[in-house]
Amino acid sequence: MSFLGNYIYYIGAFGLILIGLYIILVKHNLIKVIIGLGILDTGVNLFLISVGYITKGTAPIFSSPGIDSEYMVDPVPQALVLTAIVISVAVLALALSLAIRLYQHYGTLNLRKIREQRW
Amino acid sequence: MRRTVAILLLIIVAVGISLSLAKIPFGTPKTKVGRHYIDEGIKETGAVNIVTSVVVNYRGFDTLGEVTVLFIAAMGLGAVLRAHAEGETRKTQPASLVLYTGCRLLFPLILVFGTYIFIHGHLTPGGGFQGGAIIASGFLLIYLGCRERRINQAASNLVESLGGLVFVIIGLLGLVSGSYFLSNFLPKGTANMLLSAGVIPIIYIAIGFKVGSELAGIIDNLIEES
Repeated sequence: MSFLGNYIYYIGAFGLILIGLYIILVKHNLIKVIIGLGILDTGVNLFLISVGYITKGTAPIFSSPGIDSEYMVDPVPQALVLTAIVISVAVLALALSLAIRLYQHYGTLNLRKIREQRW
Repeated sequence: MRRTVAILLLIIVAVGISLSLAKIPFGTPKTKVGRHYIDEGIKETGAVNIVTSVVVNYRGFDTLGEVTVLFIAAMGLGAVLRAHAEGETRKTQPASLVLYTGCRLLFPLILVFGTYIFIHGHLTPGGGFQGGAIIASGFLLIYLGCRERRINQAASNLVESLGGLVFVIIGLLGLVSGSYFLSNFLPKGTANMLLSAGVIPIIYIAIGFKVGSELAGIIDNLIEES
């Protein structure tokens, strides 16, 4: 039980990463592949945040003077994840726009069928 | 076949990741640099939100690159979708009266809240990116409720360019003032005040406008297409 309690965030992040990878590798529908990419992003972000977590941690914000800084979590992974979220939004938007164009060109979102056609 | 290969690959990846994860203890302080930012951040940057001081001050160059990536993605999306989008305007069914009135009522409030989030980025949780996303969600609400309305593309592009320009100019002013690019050359002020932390609020306001107009432009492009 203590193992689960200690590593629950790692296990969650790990599970999300594997689910995302599985969707990307197996699914044929392009929209589903993009959703898998989103889940993979979320898993990686959760992993980075949980690496920076400190037990009984609080947010690294000195909202009132004289606040105790001993249990503040590591701010560096949080800043990196802030960057990563913005990048993943940009990537998802670009991927969706390409999916729209592919659908208009081929009339299908099935990657198998698109691959069978000549490019 | 494809599925078994995928599962085999996943098992290999899973074993690799879990072997390395088992070495990382959970919940203990790991980096000295994070500790330094927490202990010295207020003195060095003047911002009480340490995440903001890392994003805008210590790693400001990183954020400039991030803003550039967002800009390139928005531009690529516009280029991909605008290629042959002329001609037919799609027919829209007007929204119901409740949705229409609710959107018009909520839109200015959402704008005010987004502005609050990015102006107070150095004091409370939030910042330019978050505030910009909230403002873009307000524009999304307008697209749902008042379906005939469109944002003014020229104005959106102008705001976006001005935001990026302000960011780069602030960085260059830091270089001119005698230290490095994006250095915090303005007076730090007293912590926990709105006018403190030197250039951080200015940069975050610029980022807020830039991200808000960029995401609103992305929404506009995607809605035009669908």
